[in-house]
Amino acid sequence: MTNAVMERTDAAVVPETGKSPVAFAAPVSEFSHTAVPVETASKMEVRDLDLYYKSFHALKGVNLTFPKNQVTALIGPSGCGKSTLLKSLNRMNDLVEGCRVEGSITLDGSDAYREIDVNNLRRRVGMVFQQPNPFPMSVYDNVAFGPRTHGIRKKSDLDDIVEQSLRDAAIWDELKDRLKKNALGLSGGQQQRLCIARALAVRPEVLLMDESTSALDPISTAKIEELVGELKKSYTVIMVTHNMLQALRVSDKTAFFLLGEMVEAGDTDTVFTSPNDARTADYVAGRFG
Amino acid sequence: MSSSAAKEGLARALFAIAAAVSVLAVVLICVFLFANGVPAMAQIGLPEFLFGSTWRPANDLYGIFPMIVGSIYVTAGAMIVGVPTGLLCAIFLSRFASRGVAAALKPGVELLAGIPSVVYGFFGLVVIVPFIRENMPGRGLSLLAAALLLGIMILPTVITVAQSAIDAVPRKYYEGALALGADHERSVFRVIVPAAISGIMAAVVLGVGRAIGETMAVIMVAGNQPVIPGSIFDGVRTMTANIVLEMGYAADLHRGALVATGVVLFVFILLITMLFNAIKRRGEVK
Amino acid sequence: MTSQFAYAPEAAGSSGSGGQVPGGNGADDLFAAAEAAQERRRRTVSALLRVLVYAGAALTALVLAFLVGYILINGVPYLTPSLFEWEYTSENVSLMPALVSTLVMAGLSLIMAVPVGVGSAVYLVEYAPRGSRFVQLVRTTTETLQGIPSIIYGLFGMLFFVTALQWNLSLLSGACTLAIMVLPVVMRTTEEALLAVPDAYREGGFGLGAGHLRTVFRCVLPTAIPGILGGVILALGRCVGEVAALLFTAGTIAQVPNFVGEGAFAVFDSCRTLAVHMYVLASEGLHVNETYATAVVLLIMVVGLNLLATFAATKMKKGNDDD
Repeated sequence: MTNAVMERTDAAVVPETGKSPVAFAAPVSEFSHTAVPVETASKMEVRDLDLYYKSFHALKGVNLTFPKNQVTALIGPSGCGKSTLLKSLNRMNDLVEGCRVEGSITLDGSDAYREIDVNNLRRRVGMVFQQPNPFPMSVYDNVAFGPRTHGIRKKSDLDDIVEQSLRDAAIWDELKDRLKKNALGLSGGQQQRLCIARALAVRPEVLLMDESTSALDPISTAKIEELVGELKKSYTVIMVTHNMLQALRVSDKTAFFLLGEMVEAGDTDTVFTSPNDARTADYVAGRFG
Repeated sequence: MSSSAAKEGLARALFAIAAAVSVLAVVLICVFLFANGVPAMAQIGLPEFLFGSTWRPANDLYGIFPMIVGSIYVTAGAMIVGVPTGLLCAIFLSRFASRGVAAALKPGVELLAGIPSVVYGFFGLVVIVPFIRENMPGRGLSLLAAALLLGIMILPTVITVAQSAIDAVPRKYYEGALALGADHERSVFRVIVPAAISGIMAAVVLGVGRAIGETMAVIMVAGNQPVIPGSIFDGVRTMTANIVLEMGYAADLHRGALVATGVVLFVFILLITMLFNAIKRRGEVK
Repeated sequence: MTSQFAYAPEAAGSSGSGGQVPGGNGADDLFAAAEAAQERRRRTVSALLRVLVYAGAALTALVLAFLVGYILINGVPYLTPSLFEWEYTSENVSLMPALVSTLVMAGLSLIMAVPVGVGSAVYLVEYAPRGSRFVQLVRTTTETLQGIPSIIYGLFGMLFFVTALQWNLSLLSGACTLAIMVLPVVMRTTEEALLAVPDAYREGGFGLGAGHLRTVFRCVLPTAIPGILGGVILALGRCVGEVAALLFTAGTIAQVPNFVGEGAFAVFDSCRTLAVHMYVLASEGLHVNETYATAVVLLIMVVGLNLLATFAATKMKKGNDDD
């Protein structure tokens, strides 16, 4: 039990619990929090990251900072390592056989690979995949899966979370009468927004989006882009996209990758209009021209 | 040119006839079973036959209720033993085993499927029955012995069908669950297994079919008393056992009653097959 | 956009009314608190599930090892030459006649089942219009046949071949019964093997101007041979292990059908296969050691056939991967 955690418990939880601070605070103080949120501009940081798939050097010495409450876009041609980087932020690369990571990734200053439990990391760093992947169960159960996983079992709590998450994903009005229906019956765009709601339901701090609109029609894509603009008020969003215009429309920061190296990162406007590196200029221009 | 066309036509006809053989076989089986069984049922009286609790051919008493109950008990017991084990083993093979372990266990399961039922029955007779006799009440030849043995025998069916269902669950579900912070076990048991549920149910139904139709192994360990067992340590006679035990010397109505027992069993099996197909179809639609 | 959550995680020990949280950020903190409490629970549940899964697999493996080991240990010492003598007597319960009968019986039933099974699979895959009513009917009946227990086949064989056709308890009655029983096995595996043949082979055949029949026999069937063979071996395995379907169709006479004396008419002799032989020995209970030994021979045959079928299946896979 560190002092920092005690302070946090006192400062953050007890005053807000209102009715029974003692009963509530006591058990909480037993738990060890790995991270102390610090109000800094950076939410996640990648330092000297090298990633290998067996002998293939997929990411080479990447350094990148993801600022809080901003949308960062990762762009670059296929196979440049942008998706690989995204998947290493919530350790989904652990699933890949022969994947090895060197360097450090931190979330609020804590090492994501050494100091934070992997399940906890994945709760705090949510992910929306390229293909909508709702579970073959009801809409409600899809959204409630995460909260249930993390120990929330009371029906009324779950109801609140489900409703709020669906509202946050701007799909509540469409789905509120179909909560008990199988999620696989929804359209592709609805499925993807349901997946966003599902990710939001565990109250993540960071949201990773892996080309999350590439399988969708233009209208659904526009809805999700709009949604991302809303989400950044509460979350730090990191998105991989093939669509230059999307990066330009949605993101605040952009990082350009080529052959496993991060070539350039900065404000989106700067990267697109006056890039420092010739390769960035070529890529951006090529896509536009 | 025309001779080649004739040849093609002839070949086509022959292949079609071959395909019709299985239809013919089912028709013949139905006709012969029902033609021989139904008159006996009628003569005995359907309610007396199905729900009569006394089977005493010497006195022309043909109630197969104890055998119907016996088949259901034995099958249920086999399910209790075999289904959890089989499903867990399928989950292990599909989502927990390392490649090497799976490569060793899988052929073992296939071997288990290939072992003849008479070998299982003999194993039950020389291992399971004496064990029960020495450690528990009764003579060993019992419902318990039959359930244990059948539970083992349905393992390969349950494992194979359930495993292929679990294997078929798309990887994206697993990744989706992990990305929400669920660990491997929770992802498997709360997402993957529910996603495979129709295939798993098919596996169970197929297991039921296997268990209720099993004959030789059951005869060798079940004791075969034609009365409803009072406990799991009592002997029990299944419908299948009833047929084999007495067909050798039965004549006239007795013989008809045995065929009629087969008809009842056949109807059970048809219902199970229909259930299996319904489950499978529902799974495909999804 | 700030979430308004109000919930009291049980895990944090505040059930019921306690822990109402008005603030937005408080929800996240509570979430973290719930998760921390959940951590121990999660570990326990997961460990338990893991143990169960491993136990299920271990139990399966143990049962298999024990069953096979027990039979082998008790049976192998009694695999004496006398057990393989030509003549069966009540003192020396030689399994040789049963072994020979098994081979003859299985061979005869496969001679009937394989052409019909392969032919119907060829019809279903290569000829029939997709989704036609006849195809659906055949599929349904095949599924039905596959689910029928062997005792029903035995009953049918007794009523039809033995009684109606008056073939009596005989090799032929038994073989016909077995042929119907294994027909769906052959059909199914052949169908799968044919479906696995890439369409390019068919196009290749037609492209060269070969007729339908020629294409099937020259291009499609040869590629599917290992798969078909796998099915035939599986069918053979079922013939070897079958008892219930044979007791009242082939009978239990422990003699080889007298082909030397009677010629082809010997198919009307009654005989017992190895599995039936073992059942008779086991139920008499007089020759326990010989029963073990017979079980060993049966096991070895079945294991051998299994290995062969697996080998054929791998070869099929490899053959297709190469192309």
